[in-house]
Amino acid sequence: MNAPLGYLGGQTAQRLIPAEPIVRLEKVSKTFPGRDDQPVTALREINLAVPQGSILGVIGRSGAGKSTLIRLVNGLEKPSSGKVIVDGADIAALPEAALRHARRSIGMIFQHFNLLSSRTAAQNIALPLEVAGYDKAEIGTRVEELLALVGLSDKRNRYPSELSGGQKQRVGIARALATKPKVLLSDEATSALDPETTRSILDLLGRINDELGLTILLITHEMAVIRNIAREVAVIEGGRIVEQGDVFEVFTRPQHEVTRSFLADESGRALPPYVQSRLTAEAAPGSQAVVRIGFRGPHATDPVLARLARDLSIETNILSGSVDEIAGRPFGTLVVGVPEQSLATTLDFLNKHGLDTEVLGHVA
Amino acid sequence: MSPEMIRLIANSTGETLYMVAVSALIATLFGLPLGVFLATSGKGELFAAPWVNRVLGVIVNATRSTPFIILVVAIIPFTRLIAGTSIGTNAAIVPLTIAATPFIARLIEGAIREVDQGLIEAARAFGASPLQIVRKVLIPEALPGIVLGLTLAVVSLLGFSAMVGAVGGGGLGDLGIRYGYQRFMPEMMLAVVVVLIVLVQAVQSIGDRLARHLNKRIRHA
Repeated sequence: MNAPLGYLGGQTAQRLIPAEPIVRLEKVSKTFPGRDDQPVTALREINLAVPQGSILGVIGRSGAGKSTLIRLVNGLEKPSSGKVIVDGADIAALPEAALRHARRSIGMIFQHFNLLSSRTAAQNIALPLEVAGYDKAEIGTRVEELLALVGLSDKRNRYPSELSGGQKQRVGIARALATKPKVLLSDEATSALDPETTRSILDLLGRINDELGLTILLITHEMAVIRNIAREVAVIEGGRIVEQGDVFEVFTRPQHEVTRSFLADESGRALPPYVQSRLTAEAAPGSQAVVRIGFRGPHATDPVLARLARDLSIETNILSGSVDEIAGRPFGTLVVGVPEQSLATTLDFLNKHGLDTEVLGHVA
Repeated sequence: MSPEMIRLIANSTGETLYMVAVSALIATLFGLPLGVFLATSGKGELFAAPWVNRVLGVIVNATRSTPFIILVVAIIPFTRLIAGTSIGTNAAIVPLTIAATPFIARLIEGAIREVDQGLIEAARAFGASPLQIVRKVLIPEALPGIVLGLTLAVVSLLGFSAMVGAVGGGGLGDLGIRYGYQRFMPEMMLAVVVVLIVLVQAVQSIGDRLARHLNKRIRHA
């Protein structure tokens, strides 16, 4: 799982590849005919570029439009306006037969795996190859390769009903990779799995991205998925992309309310209930200011509070905290209570040390 | 029971099996594509043709709601055209097939509609054409349901085939009416009923077993 080339290998590859993104959405909107002639707008003017070899995660609540977004990329949905360019071809403008051909270079995996119950693992993986007209011998060799890649060689003759959720998704991944696609679309691929299995599936996807240089576009509602695997993230809400960029940048300095709410679900970001319930917007006599401090990258392990106490004699009260990893880089969060009279000095001191601060409120 | 009676019963059983087998075969030949089309031609589906779908639906319902005995009589000219006669086992196959085709089509439509929509989406996503989706996804996945449907259809055909006896169609029904009812031989009537029960039981258990064997959704111990 942790191949020595690992993360750096991916980075180098990205730098060597020309800038043209493999998937590009240009001003894409999608409207569905709704009930009572009230059309429902699922996506509004979406611009999104997925660079070759990268892993881009789109995160959003249910109903935010992310399913529609991913279905546009392989033409399962047609945009109402705008362009969907995959590997240089305008997917929405392709005639049916050409679109079917183009889909062979766009693999897709699903939340509920969507395996044929009447076919064994090996036969499921063989299906896209049969459809594409490969001959029997070729199919046999390719299926064995794929089974080995996903670590299921010993389960080749098992039916999906005899496999665990994680194993089913491995078959799904192998099937999606059968026709050697350039892009892999992941539609909530780990949402039906427990955390441990999720981790192993994400590791597998990460390894495939590294070793095969396969571009991955995934949609999810789970922060953990983005944090563990994505290099870039787009946050979608109400059919619009509200924030987009490098995962570490976006999640350590969230600009949009929705992004913050996703982070709030993470451990250590949420305030403990006893603080939350007493939090007020205005300072009161004898109250303390509640400050969230974000430690990014190189500062994540600095003993700043100790220095604050030593150099300025300001004593802070730790309310909650955590040190985490986002996109492979350490990131710490600390929520502290600061005496009101020292607040300005404290913020100044912390900002000087390159830390992010946010005053959340006051508690008496 | 006299040897003569046993010979009569054996002959009639043979005729019934012949009528049912041939009409089930032909009805499946027509009913399978019709059922698949009914299941896939609704609005937004693989072979979307909502109007054709609606017209076919009306025809299927009309045929199914016509009482069988009336259907037999009503299509006598057509039966003559196809079979050259309107009496006997070969003639009986015509109305049996016509009655069974829409029935089988509806059963197959139901089995196909049971297939998870996600599988169609997955197949489209890896570049399968609508015909490939039917051949490689829908029919194999619906097969256990299709087998159960066909079993039901064959059982119904056994019942229908007894009815064509009333209009000189031959088979067990014919035997039961002519000997059991008109000549008042209750032992003959009883024998006919017993043979029909045995046939239905046999067909049903073969069908159940086959469907269970084909169904990989359930874990086999």
